[in-house]
Amino acid sequence: MGTWASFIQKLMGKNQTKDVAKERLKLVLFHDRTEIPPALVDVIKDEIIAVLDKYLDIDKEKMDVELTKLGEESRSSTSALVANIPVRGVKSTKKIQ
Amino acid sequence: MGEAIVITSGKGGVGKTTTTANLGTGLAMRGHKVVLVDADIGLRNLDVVIGLENRIVYDIVDVVEGACKLKNALIKDKRTEGLYLLPAAQTRDKTAVSNEQMTKLVAELKEDFEYVLIDCPAGIEHGFKNSIIAADKAIVVTVPEVSAVRDADRIIGLLLANEVSYVKLIINRLRKDMIDAGNMLNIDDTLEILSVDLLGIVPEDTEIIRSSNIGEPVVIKGDTPSGIAYRNIVARILGEDVPLMELKKEPKGFFASIKKLFSRK
Repeated sequence: MGTWASFIQKLMGKNQTKDVAKERLKLVLFHDRTEIPPALVDVIKDEIIAVLDKYLDIDKEKMDVELTKLGEESRSSTSALVANIPVRGVKSTKKIQ
Repeated sequence: MGEAIVITSGKGGVGKTTTTANLGTGLAMRGHKVVLVDADIGLRNLDVVIGLENRIVYDIVDVVEGACKLKNALIKDKRTEGLYLLPAAQTRDKTAVSNEQMTKLVAELKEDFEYVLIDCPAGIEHGFKNSIIAADKAIVVTVPEVSAVRDADRIIGLLLANEVSYVKLIINRLRKDMIDAGNMLNIDDTLEILSVDLLGIVPEDTEIIRSSNIGEPVVIKGDTPSGIAYRNIVARILGEDVPLMELKKEPKGFFASIKKLFSRK
């Protein structure tokens, strides 16, 4: 990246836009390639939380659920649902039995 | 037996036709027998970009419908030895040529020509499928903008799904000033996003519009940034190892204009 041009831009308080473009493209292409719409991922996420919430005391603030590509080959059609959900403890054991 | 290369992009207006005209002319200038096929039926443009619009008698639809012989529809470019154009029909639509007719036509052209370059229409419908059906290789043209890159990705996916395994990318209209300022996706960004091999880059160049105004591809003189870029890409198609050109800032300001003025004839 041209240091002078970017330096002058920073001085002028203008943001660089290409990184935004890159991130947005990566996300949109991920959904295009897998043909899984972003809204569906949100629905799945909510339902997983609802199920876990029935039995476990989970930390919703720190949880992270996302769909990513599997492996380095970005054109591979296999994706992985990666969930990182901190569990504080068991809510109730009444429902089992 | 020649090879058929489709030039495609998904999005319109990224430079497919200009690329086809320049690569075809460039290959012919290097001594190869080349035919350009305008597959954009109903919106023909390759003829004007290459300056052959006044010599059209028959077109691709006439050929597949048997109204004329293939050799009668081919227009020989008098400026460039070995270069021919098969024009699109202007008064018909994409459905006028079927996949089977296109396959047969391209096979016939490959017997006579070393390179058959197919200028694909924008979109992913019949015209696209028709253009790629008989292609051995594909060149995807994109520009460093989100909409064009997204469409290029879709096209690359469709090409691979249709068993066109040789797919290479040309990034068109790169601007050094915008890349330096961090306001344009650079070469590495674009390749990382699309995960495809690069065939070449073409810098933004006002000469492109001047050249289409007069119907003479920039590759002919080859003394402008885009002309050099196309010559490099032609060399790579011929299997030569040519380093990527360095992007330079378009000269601006009074003295640059004066200098440019005098450097022209």
